[in-house]
Amino acid sequence: MKPAPFAYVRPSSLSEALTALGEDPDAKVLAGGQSLLPLLSMRLAQPSRLVDINGLPDLDHVDVTDEGVRVGALARHSAVLASAEVERVQPLVTLALRHVAHATIRNRGTTVGSVVHADPASELPAVLALLGGSVDVEGPRGRRTVAAEELYVGPLETSLSHDEIAVEAFFPALGPRSGVAFEELARRHGDYAMAGVAALVEVDGDDVVSASAGFFSVCERPTVVDLTCAEDPGEAALAELEPSADIHASLDYRRQLVRVLTPRVLAAATEHARRRAHG
Amino acid sequence: MAEVFRDDLHDVTLHVNGAAHDVRVPARRLLSDAIRHDCGLTGTHVGCEHGVCGACTVLLDGRPVRSCLMLAVSVADAEITTVEGLGGDDDSLGPVQQAFAECHGLQCGFCTPGFLTTITAGLRENPTPTREEATEMIAGNLCRCTGYQNIVRSVLRAAEIQAGEQS
Repeated sequence: MKPAPFAYVRPSSLSEALTALGEDPDAKVLAGGQSLLPLLSMRLAQPSRLVDINGLPDLDHVDVTDEGVRVGALARHSAVLASAEVERVQPLVTLALRHVAHATIRNRGTTVGSVVHADPASELPAVLALLGGSVDVEGPRGRRTVAAEELYVGPLETSLSHDEIAVEAFFPALGPRSGVAFEELARRHGDYAMAGVAALVEVDGDDVVSASAGFFSVCERPTVVDLTCAEDPGEAALAELEPSADIHASLDYRRQLVRVLTPRVLAAATEHARRRAHG
Repeated sequence: MAEVFRDDLHDVTLHVNGAAHDVRVPARRLLSDAIRHDCGLTGTHVGCEHGVCGACTVLLDGRPVRSCLMLAVSVADAEITTVEGLGGDDDSLGPVQQAFAECHGLQCGFCTPGFLTTITAGLRENPTPTREEATEMIAGNLCRCTGYQNIVRSVLRAAEIQAGEQS
């Protein structure tokens, strides 16, 4: 349970970090390390170099505007969760963060790290995908913005190249006639979910004009399903999802969780949207 | 012949419980191991070594973190508090330690350092927790003796002791 040897660099500027990353195709970025360190200790990952970005305080920011929430790569989950402004502008981020591991892990783990770690069982990738958010990436070819739908390629795999660093995640604001809800089922509080659903619903008067749900810990990557006209949302979602079985939940059980959670979360998001719309 | 490798060593100053420790460690040295082996502070216990059990919890600039999920080289600029730093200067028990003693909050004691650090920080954030909040406060720490009832009681008692000290 000790990591294999690696070289360690702690750059003091983003350009130094990009150089250090670009020099070594087996290098990894260290931010909060709350997912990376277990992988290193269990030797599931053996990078030859770690580029520690904790010396780049410019990346430690949470900026909230009417457009949405911009989270820098060094902002810890706990800082994002503690922000009343974040909750006001995009409450789904706050709802989801309460389910990310435990408070002690959230003190060190970063929101952007979780977004680009792309664990199919984690909450934030599904939230980013459902909200149509994006990630800003710096690399040797400059800065680019990657939409969430372009980001997730497979389990623990994103479309970022090895010499790029995700510097910021953007979660769009919640519209005045929209509502959100979030629920997951885990064996123990703080564990990875056996299945989880986030929902986004927009209403016009009492009518639902759009409804979609983001699923995590169901398929091999976070998956968003449009359920606007679905009469039976659970079955409609299952028709679009390819659940996988693992040690935590069988295929049948996961399907059942999707059937149960989807209508429940959609109903809660609809209720939330109506409350906001009627102000 | 087996491959021979040598770790590059880094000189790091760790600030633990108000004292500076100059240590020379490989980059892969976990903070938990550095605290125990390089600083000689064996009060911090190492259970699962992958962030699940909470036994190795220390305070980093006052906030609880898993020391097994940190690298020693990465925290040179931070102030670390271990269980050894929770008592008074005269070796007296801190309020959380006192509460654990009074409420039988430990059995084998292996998980205790992690609980003590977590609760110390938790009570700073919320000095008057309800029973439910006390339970939530310790949700990330495992006790294999399963003495949770007395640990929750200890959280509430520690809050009382602290309130008494301040009044």
